[in-house]
Amino acid sequence: MQRYILRRLVFLVFVIVGVTLLLFVIIYMLPGDPARAAAGPGAKPEQVERLRIKLGLDKPPHIQYLTYMGNLLRGDLGTSIRTRKPVLMELKTYLPASLELALSAMLLNVLIAIPLGVFSALKPGHLADTLSRLFAALGMGMPVFWVALMAQLLVAGRLGLLPFGGRLSTGALLPHHVTGFLLIDTLLARDLPLFKDALIHLLMPAATLALPEVAVTSRLTRTSLLDVLEQDYVRTARAKGLPERRVVWVHALKNALLVPLTMVGMQVGWVLGGSLLVESVFSWGGLGFLAFHAIYKRDFPVLMGVTLVMCIVFVLSNLVVDILYSYVDPRITY
Amino acid sequence: MTAYDSASVIPDTGFWSHVCARGNELTKQAGIGFRRNPLGALGLFLLVSIVLVAVFAPQIATHDPTQFNTAERMQPPSAKHLFGTDVTGRDIFSRVVYGSRISLRVAFVVLVIAVTIGATLGATAGYLGGLVDEMLMRITDVFLAFPSLILAMAVNAGLGAGIGSAMLAVGMAWWPGYARMIRGQVIAAKNNLYVVAAHSLGASHWRILVRHVLPNCISPTIVQLTLDAGYVVLTTAGLSFIGLGAQPPTPEWGYLVSEGHTHILTQWWWSTFPGLAICLLVVGFNLLGDFLRDSLDPRLRGTGA
Repeated sequence: MQRYILRRLVFLVFVIVGVTLLLFVIIYMLPGDPARAAAGPGAKPEQVERLRIKLGLDKPPHIQYLTYMGNLLRGDLGTSIRTRKPVLMELKTYLPASLELALSAMLLNVLIAIPLGVFSALKPGHLADTLSRLFAALGMGMPVFWVALMAQLLVAGRLGLLPFGGRLSTGALLPHHVTGFLLIDTLLARDLPLFKDALIHLLMPAATLALPEVAVTSRLTRTSLLDVLEQDYVRTARAKGLPERRVVWVHALKNALLVPLTMVGMQVGWVLGGSLLVESVFSWGGLGFLAFHAIYKRDFPVLMGVTLVMCIVFVLSNLVVDILYSYVDPRITY
Repeated sequence: MTAYDSASVIPDTGFWSHVCARGNELTKQAGIGFRRNPLGALGLFLLVSIVLVAVFAPQIATHDPTQFNTAERMQPPSAKHLFGTDVTGRDIFSRVVYGSRISLRVAFVVLVIAVTIGATLGATAGYLGGLVDEMLMRITDVFLAFPSLILAMAVNAGLGAGIGSAMLAVGMAWWPGYARMIRGQVIAAKNNLYVVAAHSLGASHWRILVRHVLPNCISPTIVQLTLDAGYVVLTTAGLSFIGLGAQPPTPEWGYLVSEGHTHILTQWWWSTFPGLAICLLVVGFNLLGDFLRDSLDPRLRGTGA
C-alpha cells in the first residue's frame, strides 16, 4: 500500500512535469506575443521590449521552461502580470474558496445521489426507470452556467429564498483567516450568525455544481446495485433471514459503491471545471474568478498556476479514491 | 465445374445488396429497440429536429439574427418575437435558430479532431506495442490528468479567443479517451487468428490494421462519439460563456447565454432560451448515445445501464 502511494506520488511529479511542459508549449509557443499582451494594447514597441526582457521572454524556449521549473521547485510560480503579486499568493487567496465550493458540491452529490440510486434500484419499475433515466439525461444535459442563472432567476430573484451571490452578505466582516474555508473559519471564531450567512451563500452555488454530478452518481449507483443484488452472496444473506434493509444497505451497497466511488474521483475535476463557469455567475471569489481575469488580461503566469493547481487537486483526489477502494473492498490490495 | 467456379456462383448477393440487407435488419432492430426504449426515440427525434432547424434556418428564422433594431429593444417574448429581443433589438428566436448550425458544426469538428488524433495514436500504440506503446500511453496519461474543461480553457486561452480555436482546444482535450479505447480494441483484435492468417499471407501492416483490425473498433467508437457529442457541445458552450469561444456577433448558444447573464433578473428571456436550446441538443445526444450503447453492446441489454 505504501509503495503504491509512493508510486502514485512519483506519477504526480511526472504529471506536473508533463502538464507544465504542455502548458508551456501551448501558452508560449503558439502565435500571439505574451509580452505584447502583457504590456497592453497602447504600449510602445520599446515598452514591449523592456517587458519582454523583464519577463525573460527574450530567452530561448527551453531556457524559459527550465527557469520556470527551477523556480517552481523553490515554490515560486512567477508574478501576476495583472496585479504584480506573486502567483502563489494569489492562489493561496483564491484556492480555499473554490475548494470549499467544490467539496460542498461533492458532499451534496454523495448525500443525495447514493440514496436516490438505491431507492430507484429497489423499485426498478417501468415508469420509475424511465423517469430516472430522463432525470439523469436532463441533469447531465443542462449547461451548469445556465443552471446557475436559472437558480438565480427563480430561487434568488422570484422567490427571494437565497442570496443572489457572493460568499457573505455585503458589509459582513471576513472572519480571521485560518483555513480560508468560511464555514470553518466562522465556527473557529464562534460567530454563529456569520456561519449561517456563509452557509446560505454557499447553498445555491454548491447545489448548482452538484446537479449534473447527482445525475451521474445516482444512475451509476442504481446500475451497480442492481448488478450486485443478483450475486450469490446476497441470496445467501437473504436465505440466512437477514432483514432486507440490512441486505441492501450493508451487504450489497458496500460492494456496489465501488463503481460510483471511481466516478467521484473524476467528478472532483469536473466540479472544479464547472466552478470556473459558475463562480463568475455567483460572484464567488475563487479560482474561476482568478482564471477569468487571467484570461481577459492574458495573464499567463496566473493561468499556468490555476491550471497546475487544478491538475494537482484532480490527481490527488483520484489517489484518495484509490486508497478508499481498499477500505470499501478489502480484497483490493496494491 | 471447378472449385473456383462454384465460388463465383454462390455469392451472387454482392457487396451492396449485403449492405442493404444489413441496413434493413438494423432498421428493423432499431424499430424494436425504440419501442422498448422510448427515450432513445426521443433522443433521435430531438436531434433530427435540431438538424432540420439548422438546415432550414433561413426559412424558420423570423428576423435577421444580426440585425439591430433599437426601436424594439429588450422586448419580452411575444407573437412577433417568440423569444423576445436583446438590448440592441436583435430577435433572440432567430439567433437561437441560427445558433443550431454552429453547435452542430462544433460537435462534428471537435469529434473529428479527437477521433483522428486518438485513433492514430491508439492504433499505433496497440498495434506496435513495446516501447512505442509505453511512450504514447504515458503521454495520454498526462492529457488525462487534466479535467477536460480546464485543458480546453488553457489551450483556448493560448490560441486566443474564437470559435475555431475553441473547437481545436476541445478536440485537444478529447482525444485521450479515444486513444485508450482504440488501443484496447486493437490489442484485443490483433491476436485473432484471422489477423495472424492475413499476416502469414503477406498482408502489409497497414492493410492488416485498416482492413482487419480497425473495423472491430467501429461500433464502440460510434457509441462513444454519440455519448461524447453532448459533452463537447457543453464544453464549447462553456468556453464561449467565459468569453473564450465564439466572439460577437456569432449567435453561438453559450455566448448568447453569457450576453444575457447580467440581465437575468430584468430580461430573463435573453439567457433562458439559448440555454434551453443547449439542453435539448445535449439531451438528444445523450439519450441516443445510451440507446446505441444498449443496442450495440448485447452484454448491457436489459440492465438499464
